[in-house]
Amino acid sequence: MALRLPQVGGIFIQMEDEIASINAVIGASWGGAKSMTATSGPGFSLMQEGIGYAAITETPCVIIDVQRGSPGTGLPTLIGQGDVMQSKWGSHGDYEIIALSPSSPQEGFDLAIECFNLSERFRVPVVMLADECVAHMYERVVIPPKNQLKIINRKKPSVPYDEYLPFKPEDDLIPPMACAGDGYDIHVTGLTHDERGYPATNPEAHEKLVRRICEKIRKHSDEIIKLEHFLMEDAEIVVVAYGAVSRSAKRAVKLARENGIKAGLLRLITLWPFPERIIRELSSKVKGFVVAEVNSGQIFREVERCSAGKTKLELVSKLGGALHKPDEILDGIEVIAK
Amino acid sequence: MTQLITEVVHPMDKWVRPERMPHIWCPGCGLGIILTALAKALEKAGIDKRKICVVSGIGCAGRIAGYIRVDSFHTLHGRAIPFAVGLKLTDPERKVIVISGDGDLFAIGGNHIIHAARRNIEITVICVNNFNYGMTGGQVGPTTPELAKATTAPYGNIEPPFNLPYLCASAGAVYVARWTTLHVRRMIESFVEAINKNGFSFVEVLSPCPVAFGRRNQMREGLDMMIYFKEHSEIRNFIDPKEAPIILGEKIIVGKFVDIEGKKGFTERMKELIKMAKGRALKID
Repeated sequence: MALRLPQVGGIFIQMEDEIASINAVIGASWGGAKSMTATSGPGFSLMQEGIGYAAITETPCVIIDVQRGSPGTGLPTLIGQGDVMQSKWGSHGDYEIIALSPSSPQEGFDLAIECFNLSERFRVPVVMLADECVAHMYERVVIPPKNQLKIINRKKPSVPYDEYLPFKPEDDLIPPMACAGDGYDIHVTGLTHDERGYPATNPEAHEKLVRRICEKIRKHSDEIIKLEHFLMEDAEIVVVAYGAVSRSAKRAVKLARENGIKAGLLRLITLWPFPERIIRELSSKVKGFVVAEVNSGQIFREVERCSAGKTKLELVSKLGGALHKPDEILDGIEVIAK
Repeated sequence: MTQLITEVVHPMDKWVRPERMPHIWCPGCGLGIILTALAKALEKAGIDKRKICVVSGIGCAGRIAGYIRVDSFHTLHGRAIPFAVGLKLTDPERKVIVISGDGDLFAIGGNHIIHAARRNIEITVICVNNFNYGMTGGQVGPTTPELAKATTAPYGNIEPPFNLPYLCASAGAVYVARWTTLHVRRMIESFVEAINKNGFSFVEVLSPCPVAFGRRNQMREGLDMMIYFKEHSEIRNFIDPKEAPIILGEKIIVGKFVDIEGKKGFTERMKELIKMAKGRALKID
């Protein structure tokens, strides 16, 4: 980024710490730019207060978190997937964010654009929850011509100065966003605020605001959620995986098929909002879910919640430092197949 | 014929948000004076209103961002400066003014201010120093004078405070001044100079907090600290800020301490870098 951005008229700055980075990103977004930062687990922890501020002020921004084995300083430059819940619940309070998980360098490119599009469309911080393996991976990446890329920009107000209410939503629950210099004398605060953007620290205003910033994502979850279905048409056992682990899972599913087990892979590209509906629907059809992840079962808990006891579940957990071998996931598939 | 006045417009209405009045500040607080001084300075500075942003952290001083009528941002505790850096980078023509309290800027936000000064990024930081955390009930802070009393220093403060002008000058600020809320005219002049300065500019304004700080330090009434400022202040322009610590009962040295020309600002250097890098760009359609 430091090399490339200035060449194309962008701006790169290495701030003094991650707290400064996320706040500069938020400031830049209100300055009218598309802005992003990238970090790993400890830095992501430091950014959480800023992410909450971005959520309540509805600031479009993108945060890339390359997960390492954690907690603490943990395993620098070794894989982990332990920041799944943190990406959703890391800041204090109720809010919804969007998190996407790439499983290849190509997807790192594609989803970076998708992250910006989603953050601009929904005025929400979007996390690209990558992992160390994908981040260090070398593979062929096709960069399409600029005119073939779908780019979404934030809605702007078109009303006169006196009529603009910066936090008054339209039907889609998203307010048009005036930025610094647009001539609206906007005021932005991290306090609970009314539609004018002014502090309104009372239960009614809080209910209205927090309910809306959650609902604007939940209401559009079908539009947001992206999944890859691999050999899922007749699958009786579904492996749920994301990020680098999904590559081992794909191999495990093929091996299971060779052994006569009808396995399929549901690869989560969108982690948040969680694809509740599809897990719920599958849970009444399939024999079981195998969840493979490099943490102690963070997405497993979500699958457990959504399947609500209707099907068998198997967690294949590794705690960090190494990716699953396909055989380890295959073992999980065979447990359900028995 | 006599005409009825049906609408009264305050001369400062262009710069404040009358719909937000009354403000939340306590009687005797200096922030009203500082808000007026800032509004007057913005008027005097002669800048396109669209090119002004005011950014604050939280606390009593942090509320100024909510009362001033320009694009204004009430950010997280301690994070006004990095937020302001983001705003500045997206439009180097923009005048970005951070106004916040001493705790916000120098305790939790201390790291950001030294780095902003080091980079010489062209923003203005106004620190309202009331010697304590007023909004939360008068806790000791990094500017509480030694031996002064605070909720969390009931026996008197045992820590030496920061000398803010000295700290900022050492870190690289090209404009540094200190005034009290008694020095209104000079404060406004300094604000204008700081805003128009092409580099990192810093103004400290000592401000009374009778409710939280004063009442524990024999300055209980609103006027007491103003009298203290009157009796103790001494203007010493361009004195080495090292020589201007704040010690209870001793002289308060105020004035313009630093005003350096010719040091390149961060966005100026960034523009040069972009110009250089663009020549090396790969062609991508």
